Amino acid sequence: MELLNSIKKTMGGEAKLAQVVTEIKVEATKEIKSVANKIKLGHVHLSGCTGCLVSMADNNLGLIKILDDYADLVYGLTLADVRHIPEMDVALVEGSVCLQDHESVEDIKETRRKSKIVVALGSCSSYGNITRFSRGGQHNQPQHESFLPIGDLIDVDIYIPGCPPSPELIRNVAVMAYLLLEGNEDQKALAGKYLKPLMDLAKRGTSGCFCDLMTDVINQGLCMGCGTCAASCPVRAITLEFGKPQGERDLCIKCGSCYGACPRSFFNFDVMEEFENINEIIAGALK
Amino acid sequence: MIEDPYLGKYITCVSARSTDKEILKKAQDGGIATTLMVYALEQGIIDGTIVAGEGDRPWEPRPFVAMSREDILKARGTKYSISPQISWLKEATRSFGLDKVGVTGVCCQMQAVRKAQLYPINMRDVPGKVAFTVGLFCMENFPYKSLQTIVEDHAAQSLNSVKRMDIGKGKFWVYTERGNVTSLPIKATHKYEQPGCHVCLDYVSNLADISTGSVGSPDGWSTVFIRTKKGNEIWSKAVAAGLFETKPIEDVKPGLDLVTKLAKEKIDKNRKTVEERKTFGVNKALRDPYA
Ligand SMILES: Cc1cc2nc3c(=O)[nH]c(=O)nc-3n(C[C@H](O)[C@H](O)[C@H](O)COP(=O)(O)OP(=O)(O)OC[C@H]3O[C@@H](n4cnc5c(N)ncnc54)[C@H](O)[C@@H]3O)c2cc1C
Ligand code: SF4
Ligand code: SF4
Ligand code: SF4
Repeated sequence: MELLNSIKKTMGGEAKLAQVVTEIKVEATKEIKSVANKIKLGHVHLSGCTGCLVSMADNNLGLIKILDDYADLVYGLTLADVRHIPEMDVALVEGSVCLQDHESVEDIKETRRKSKIVVALGSCSSYGNITRFSRGGQHNQPQHESFLPIGDLIDVDIYIPGCPPSPELIRNVAVMAYLLLEGNEDQKALAGKYLKPLMDLAKRGTSGCFCDLMTDVINQGLCMGCGTCAASCPVRAITLEFGKPQGERDLCIKCGSCYGACPRSFFNFDVMEEFENINEIIAGALK
Repeated sequence: MIEDPYLGKYITCVSARSTDKEILKKAQDGGIATTLMVYALEQGIIDGTIVAGEGDRPWEPRPFVAMSREDILKARGTKYSISPQISWLKEATRSFGLDKVGVTGVCCQMQAVRKAQLYPINMRDVPGKVAFTVGLFCMENFPYKSLQTIVEDHAAQSLNSVKRMDIGKGKFWVYTERGNVTSLPIKATHKYEQPGCHVCLDYVSNLADISTGSVGSPDGWSTVFIRTKKGNEIWSKAVAAGLFETKPIEDVKPGLDLVTKLAKEKIDKNRKTVEERKTFGVNKALRDPYA
């Protein structure tokens, strides 16, 4: 957190991103690779369906490259033989927290204490998502009834919404988190700017639903009918009627994706204008 | 690479017109968008593209995924109403099974594509599968009922009878099948604009691979910005294949100056709107999408 705060400050110091990006590209992947220190990455599995982890694995060779060159997987129930939550640079937390499950509650607190950056991986972790619909009563722990997104118990630094989150966004955040922690000044500046909107989502709140488009986009006079929200909805709850989104609210699983994906929730021009270069930098880092 | 605060980054800008007579017959301007997408399809650069076709009502656009020359041609001509192109972006890679997706659309839709690529929130496979984008210039857009009001109430024409609409020389033009030409001052249409357009900070699709519009070039010709490496490669090959007549933008009237002037007018005005939203209420701001 400390670290993030200091970086957030330097980000405000208006490094010209376009210039920074070109410099990074000139130094190219050679520079990114030459950084020796791998970061410590962990996957903390709470009440989620493992779809987030599968998405992460769906980066295929990209994931192997990340684990070879940039990050050591120091924790992960499925992938690493470690019992207790260790010190981590970046903790990717999948799933919401079951209040009646003492161990989960302890795990998320421990994760916060031991991690520099806590990332809510996926919509259950960020917004509760489908676990919001739990009423308990499931064999063999019927008392497991109440599930909260992790942000209701700890401070979260970055959200990766999605059900499941896309492999590409997990990849982008992993590469950027690495640059933020281990990169040179330019790389830190780029990573800070890239990650800022995802940090802002984490600050914005722990509930997501179609209604965010109503309250924070349409009601605010910002919707321009692009249709992105409909494309991002995992349950096809959104259709465009006369060019404006309509949500089948009973279908909505409260994943928060549509709002995050909407170009009018956030749009950081300095980063977007560099899309060609940034895509090349990420591709280069994973080559 | 040229970098302009209003026109964005581009490699070159030219005035151009398609050499395909069939495309030109119903194209809005120089047939650039249609010709480029047909070329990209035939060359295997894309295996389909999102275009704005015909909806249920007259002049109501409806986005669809075109996978043949015939289908791409169905989307020729500008429909001055909202066509949610991006609603098909992920579906194009899924239900339609495309590996190389083309996208046509206005500036905000090009922004949406880039956001989906850089921050793919629930946009699995989209970042790598967007293969080619052609963006349009766009000053504003109209909800369907607004378009109806403009054409039927102001211009007093039935939408069913309209052959073509166009905005130019300060007027909104309505051409009917039977040869009637009606126009109204563009000023009269402002109040019907889509509200979301008033915070739009892009006029010439700065984030497309190639962007095009009528402004700057003579009637029947288009102004074309070639922006990205990919756009440049496709454009060069298409020109070499004889698909376009081109002229240096410096040689045509009214040229780049008018494009810059209009871009500046739009963006400055909308920046001001974004600014004014900060003090819209009493100690209450409206949300700033760019903060
Ligand atoms: C709402 C709107 C406002 C515009 N404002 C301006 C302007 O201020 N100045 C200017 O110079 N040009 C403007 N244009 C662009 C111009 O009208 C032409 O679309 C452009 O020059 C392309 O012409 P063409 O002959 O190359 O396209 P064609 O070959 O005729 O193909 C038309 C293409 O436009 C797409 N399209 C049509 N309607 C829509 C829609 N509603 N939404 C998204 N895509 C659509 C189709 O998918 C197709 O690919 C605007 C376009 C739109 C849709
Ligand atoms: S409408 Fe769809 S994308 Fe939006 S929150 Fe609901 S389920 Fe998620
Ligand atoms: S993504 Fe946002 S701007 Fe686009 S149609 Fe949906 S709500 Fe409107
Ligand atoms: S003015 Fe901007 S927001 Fe409105 S339709 Fe055109 S590109 Fe989209």
